[in-house]
Amino acid sequence: MLEKIDRALGGREPDGDGLASSGVIADVAGIANRRSPWEAVQLARNIQRPHSQELIGLVFDRFQELHGDRGFGDDPAVIAGLADLGGRSVVVVAQQKGSSTEENIARSFGMPHPEGYRKAIRLFRLAEKFGLPVITFIDTPGAHPGPEAEERGQAEAIARSIQVMGELEAPVVAVVIGEGGSGGALALGVGDVVLMMQNAVYSVISPEGCAAILWRSASEAERAAKALRGAGPDLLELGVIDGLVPEPEGGAHTDRQAVAAGLRRALVAQLDRLASVPLSDLLAARYDRYREIGSFADPSAAAAEKAKPWWRRALGKAGL
Amino acid sequence: MRLRVPFVKRSESAQHLWTQCPHCGEMLFNKQLARNLNVCTKCEHHFRVGARERIEQLADRASFAEIDPTLVSMDPLGFVDQKPYPARIAESQAKTAERDAVVCGDATIGGHPVTLAAMEFSFMGGSMGTVVGEKLARAAEHARDGRRGLVIVSASGGARMQEGTIALMQLVKTVAAVTRHGKAGLPFVSVLTDPTTGGVLASYASLGDVILAEPGALIGFSGARVTSSTIGAELPEGFQRAEFLLRHGFVDQVVPRAQLRDRIAFFLGAFSRPAREMRWGV
Repeated sequence: MLEKIDRALGGREPDGDGLASSGVIADVAGIANRRSPWEAVQLARNIQRPHSQELIGLVFDRFQELHGDRGFGDDPAVIAGLADLGGRSVVVVAQQKGSSTEENIARSFGMPHPEGYRKAIRLFRLAEKFGLPVITFIDTPGAHPGPEAEERGQAEAIARSIQVMGELEAPVVAVVIGEGGSGGALALGVGDVVLMMQNAVYSVISPEGCAAILWRSASEAERAAKALRGAGPDLLELGVIDGLVPEPEGGAHTDRQAVAAGLRRALVAQLDRLASVPLSDLLAARYDRYREIGSFADPSAAAAEKAKPWWRRALGKAGL
Repeated sequence: MRLRVPFVKRSESAQHLWTQCPHCGEMLFNKQLARNLNVCTKCEHHFRVGARERIEQLADRASFAEIDPTLVSMDPLGFVDQKPYPARIAESQAKTAERDAVVCGDATIGGHPVTLAAMEFSFMGGSMGTVVGEKLARAAEHARDGRRGLVIVSASGGARMQEGTIALMQLVKTVAAVTRHGKAGLPFVSVLTDPTTGGVLASYASLGDVILAEPGALIGFSGARVTSSTIGAELPEGFQRAEFLLRHGFVDQVVPRAQLRDRIAFFLGAFSRPAREMRWGV
C-alpha cells in the first residue's frame, strides 16, 4: 500500500521506498549467509549487544528523556523522549534491557509494566499534537508477567498502545533492535514502516515458552525457534516487516558505530519518505498494511467465482 | 453469499446423562444443566459453552445469519511440532464441526441489530490465527458498514503459536477494525468468558465500550504458571478471575449467564438513544 503511495507521489524509480538506497536489506536474496534461527535468538539476546540507550546516543543528535505515565509511575524498562535527527524533531520510545546484571535488575530485563506502555501512549499523543514523527526501538523478552502488572492491567495497556499507534496522526517507524517478544513488543511495534536489525528476532512466543507448551520440554527450544520462523529474514519473506538494517558479520556488538550509522541512514530515509505522504493516505495505508498480513483460503468464494458467467468474471478482472 | 446455518443440536447419548460439577462436586443431570444454560444448579459454576450454543443463548430466536462461514486456515510457516499444523486443524474441525475458532454473523439482541461473534474454545484453545483475525476484522467492518453494534464473546488462550508472528499481527488487525467501528459512533460490547487470556485480552477484547465478564472466568495476560514462577510463590485465590478484574477496574460488570442477553440489550439500547432524541418521562 505504501508502495502505491510512493507511485502516486510521482513516478519515482523502483527504489522509491528509500530502503535499498539507504542500505536496508529489502530482499532476502541480498543476504550472503543466513544464520540459523537459534543463532539469531542467541545474537539478539547477547548482553553485549547495543541496547536502546546506547543506540539513541549514537543515532540521534540530541536526546532529552521524559519520565512518567502521569498516572502511576515511571517505568525504567521504557525510555521515552524527544530527539533531533538531522534537523528534524522526533519522539523516541524504546524498550531498554540492561547491559549488566545490575542494570537488568533495575530495568526488569526490559520487560515493561503497564505504566511503561502508558508512558509510551502519552508520548505518542505528544507527537500527534506537535506533528512529530515517532520512532520506536523494540527490545524486550515480553511484557512483565508479574502479579502487579496484572493488577494494573497489562493487557489493557498493550491493547490501548496498539490502538493508539494504529490511528496515530503522525508517521511511525518501528525498529526491532534485538528481541521482539510477543504482545509486549508489538505494543510499540505498530507503524507505517517496520524494520528489524539483521540479527533481531520477533515472535509470538519465546522458543522456550513454545517448546514448553508444544513439546512439553523447554530443551526443545532450538526446534521451536526453527518452527516459529521469527528471525529477520524469515519475517521479511513472510511480509511482516519491510526491511533489515545490516549488521557486521559477528553481530551488532562487534561494530557499534557502523550499526548505529546504518540505522541512522535508514531512519532518515524513511522519515523523508513518510513526510511527503498526506496523513489520510498514511493512515489508510497503515490500516491496510496490517489488514493484509496473513493468508487464508475461502473455498466458497472460489466456488462462487467459478459459478459466475465468464463475462462477469472478465468484468471483475477489469475492475468494473 | 450469505449462508444460513442451522444450529447443531448437541448429541445426547445415554452414556452422557450426568456431569459432575468441577467446582462443588454435585452430579448434574445433563438436560437440567443445559436448561440452566450450562450453569451448575447448586453452586452457579459457569461451564464453558461452545460458539453455537453461545449464539443461541444471546441472539433473538432465529435471528442469526452467519457471515464468512467458509474461511479456513493455511499453514504460512509450514509449522510442525509433534504434529503438523494442518493435522491439528483437521483434528479440531472434526471435533468441533467448525472450520476455525470463531463464528460470526448478523443477529438481533433484544431487537437491536448487531454483528455477533462467538469464539469456540474447543477449537485449538480458541486461539487467534489469521482466520480468527480476518473474521473478526470482517465482522467489525461489516457492522460498521451496516451501522450495527458489535458484540464479541471471547474464549481464547491467545494468539495461535502455529502461525508465529503472523498470528501476532492479528492483534493489530482486530484492534484497528474495532477502532474504526467505534469511530463511526457504534457500540462494541466485549464479553469475556472462561478463559480469555494472552493476545486476545491484549487486543480488541480489552477495548469494548462496555466490557462484561462471566462469573469466575479466568481473564489475564500472562499464564498463571509464568506469573507464579516470576514471584516464586503461589498466587492468591481468585487471581486473574473476573471478580479480580472488576475490583481492579478492568471490566465493567460481572454478569451471570442468565442475565447476559438482557444486559447486552440494555447497553445496546442505551447507546442507540442519543441525547437529542431522548424523551424524558415518557
